[in-house]
Amino acid sequence: MPYPIRVLVAKPGLDGHDRGAKIIARALRDAGMEVIYTGLRQTPEMIVNAALQEDVQVIGLSILSGAHNAIVPRVLQLLREKDMGDVRVIVGGIIPDEDAAALKRQGVAAVFQPGASLDAIVGFIRQDVGEGHALR
Amino acid sequence: MKTAECQFTTISGVPIEALYGPEALQGVDLAHEAPPPGEFPYTRGIHRDMYRGKLWTMRQFSGFATPEETNRRYHYLLAQGQTGLSVAFDLPTLMGYDADHPLAEGEVGKCGAAISSLEDMEILFHGIPLGDVTVSMTINSPAAVLWAMYLVVAEQQGVDWTLLSGTLQNDILKEYIAQKEYIFPPRQSMRLVTDTIEFGARHTPRFNPISISGYHIREAGSTAVQELAFTLRDGMEYVDWALERGLKIDEFAPRLSFFFNAHSDFFEEIAKYRAARKIWAHAMRERYGASSERSMKLRFHAQTAGCSLTWQQPYNNVVRTALQAMAAVLGGAQSLHTNSLDEAYALPGEQAVTIALRTQQVLAYESGVTRTPDPLGGSYFLEKLTLDTEAATNQYIRRIDEMGGMVPAIEAGFPQSEIATASYRYQCEVESGERTIVGVNRFQSVGQPIELLQIDETSARHQREKLAALRARRDNIQVRRTLDALQRAAEGAENTMPRLLDAVRAYATLGEICDSLRAVFGTYQETTHL
Repeated sequence: MPYPIRVLVAKPGLDGHDRGAKIIARALRDAGMEVIYTGLRQTPEMIVNAALQEDVQVIGLSILSGAHNAIVPRVLQLLREKDMGDVRVIVGGIIPDEDAAALKRQGVAAVFQPGASLDAIVGFIRQDVGEGHALR
Repeated sequence: MKTAECQFTTISGVPIEALYGPEALQGVDLAHEAPPPGEFPYTRGIHRDMYRGKLWTMRQFSGFATPEETNRRYHYLLAQGQTGLSVAFDLPTLMGYDADHPLAEGEVGKCGAAISSLEDMEILFHGIPLGDVTVSMTINSPAAVLWAMYLVVAEQQGVDWTLLSGTLQNDILKEYIAQKEYIFPPRQSMRLVTDTIEFGARHTPRFNPISISGYHIREAGSTAVQELAFTLRDGMEYVDWALERGLKIDEFAPRLSFFFNAHSDFFEEIAKYRAARKIWAHAMRERYGASSERSMKLRFHAQTAGCSLTWQQPYNNVVRTALQAMAAVLGGAQSLHTNSLDEAYALPGEQAVTIALRTQQVLAYESGVTRTPDPLGGSYFLEKLTLDTEAATNQYIRRIDEMGGMVPAIEAGFPQSEIATASYRYQCEVESGERTIVGVNRFQSVGQPIELLQIDETSARHQREKLAALRARRDNIQVRRTLDALQRAAEGAENTMPRLLDAVRAYATLGEICDSLRAVFGTYQETTHL
């Protein structure tokens, strides 16, 4: 049996709109992944520490407030500093096209904008992390 | 075409019959359940003549970047025929942080106007006569502080507080339930809310100190019934606390106002507003023994559903918003905000907000729906839906009563998990294609690009510079003195409003004031309910 994929769903910044983050967390869990949801108002430092402690392969950041250009690069930088560059970062929320492209250039694996289907998100993580990552 | 399981249920999952006729209302005394408008329990509206006497207030929620830029938008909106103002604050302000706080990084001015001090509030309302324009402020956890700033600006303009008319959102319970912009723990927050209700009853008789809000509950994914039940039960919680404080019901109840979502399911929404008035009227009369009719009349603001707006094919949002707004009007709203077509992307640009305002004006002056009150009253379908909504809502209210009230229910995570479950169910229906969202899961096409309002970091820099200058210029000994007095008031039982006003007059900042309160009240961290 392969180990399930472990995902940290995080809600950084001051915004409290967590409908999307909670739906994603449930959907990933229903798809057989192990999901840790950080809760609200996490700083990049808290998120990366949680990712380290929980030994996740994927961090999902939900950002609706327009603060993504301040928050996401900081998370990527901390991951590199902690030698966790193999942890995949995906971002969901209200991210304009040009910002999404810039975040991907900086190392974000995928950006999911409003209307993205849960299937597409689950499918992306499975494919990106690989079903057979298992034996560790 | 697949037959969708959801085809004959409302967006909230309530089954709809093939036909409604007299049998749907068998045994129902309509003269009793839905008497003419203006008569208890006001199912058909709170006024006899409704919009024939006075149209609703067209009040677009607005705020972005700096107070200077937002002030310019307000002057523009008033010039376009808008009849009231509604302030959107940015996230640092909502969370009680100044623009120069480390946690404000990247967030200043993004979701609303950045207001850190009385100086910013003075700029926000520059050239706007507060004695003539009604102002609504969407602020919750630090509402008492922002209200104090507003009252001081009115004072500077020479406007008597007794003439001020407007609304403070100040509904902290729905923050714990849905929107999650809370600072202090629930009981300490309720004390602050009660302070404002008490202060308002004594000093600002025409100002609504609270707007009990279902809007955010619905946006978080609740059903229509959950929106109604949690909102009305929140209202009862505020009443309980004010009575406990020693106020008489008819002293403050007439100034309690409500705020509901106008979602996409046309008839379900109209039924929701009708049931809301009815349940509240009965609660005020029977549960609380109110004797003034004004206490029993539920007045509400409505906003079209932000969560229904789509990123794909954004021009379709104009149509969605128009239909939702019409439901609010047919449901008897006292004021209305219509969303702009670009709001799935960003705060609205000037052109988009103008179309949104014009939508209300077309409804008001061209559609004819305003010519007679509650024109759908008596429809078998609508009356049955109203009765069913009322019954289901009352059932929820009883469950919360059994839990000991809304504060214990929130502490147990009850409304939070009910909403999370409803929201997930809805999303699964959308995913499976049982629910159609035009342009998203059916009828897809490449949408036209739209122009967006961009807020860069120059606003944040400007705000930080102003704050630094203010801190250097003001009398810092006086600031310290007023903050200490506030802290002592918070530790004791006296009403904090007079102390907040003193601190604001000394130009203590929002962050400094909230830090003083944090030191006494502590902060709140929720247990997450997935």
